[in-house]
Amino acid sequence: MEKRHAMNATRVSYTLESTLASVNKAEQAVTEIAAKSGFDEDECGRIAMAVREATVNAVLHGNRYDPNKRVTVSFETIPDTLTITVRDEGDGLDARLIPDPLAPENLLKQSGRGIFLIRAFMDEVRFRTMSPGTEITMIKSVRDPGGEGNKEANQ
Amino acid sequence: MTMKASSRQVDGIIIVDLSGRITLGEGSVVLRDTVKDLSTQGHKKILLNLGDVTYIDSSGIGELVSAFTSVRNAGGELKLLNLTKKVHDLLQITKLYTVFDISDDETSAIASFSR
Repeated sequence: MEKRHAMNATRVSYTLESTLASVNKAEQAVTEIAAKSGFDEDECGRIAMAVREATVNAVLHGNRYDPNKRVTVSFETIPDTLTITVRDEGDGLDARLIPDPLAPENLLKQSGRGIFLIRAFMDEVRFRTMSPGTEITMIKSVRDPGGEGNKEANQ
Repeated sequence: MTMKASSRQVDGIIIVDLSGRITLGEGSVVLRDTVKDLSTQGHKKILLNLGDVTYIDSSGIGELVSAFTSVRNAGGELKLLNLTKKVHDLLQITKLYTVFDISDDETSAIASFSR
């Protein structure tokens, strides 16, 4: 684990093996970070699921469980905003080509909902083609920073 | 927490009480194998009780859809019982809420199966 501090920002980075255990590790890590960043329980759950889906994609579809390939998961927190990147070393992904899981013809398909859920749960989602692999960046901001809801939650 | 599944029969309907997480890996496999075994045994009316399912990911959703279509294709019915708020929200976001027959009451769920 690598940890760096800048002005009001903390960045933590994990290099993980291409296994399902890594998915659980990333999910657990972001749950703790999101809670510390001021997100409420529901939002923490949604962020954790987005990270889970992104890491599953990296392990399963990107690296295809290849023991020689790694998944890098990074969390960057600045006040009220959490930025997560998940990078694999696979063949690359063109997110534009992923079919819409809500289309009637896809509704009863077994797979293809992961990226849809990530987009539903995060404020901003970007894909970048790397050499090799794909990097997904997911950004979420606290909806009511320092607001009444937050004050109550902190009491 | 891993997933557990136990089956019971009420008025000819098989109720599968699921608990834990239905996620990629063990949880999804338990659900798949449970429904597959019941179908192999000739059971065609299955009610999945999700009341103690704490978490479900896209793989788990896919497994529910797959179970639903495989039972339906075999001429049977698979319905859902007792969704938690999290699972309810997920099925709504993915537009699957209207696909599944969902109930909050076991007695009425059992009565809703065709005879």
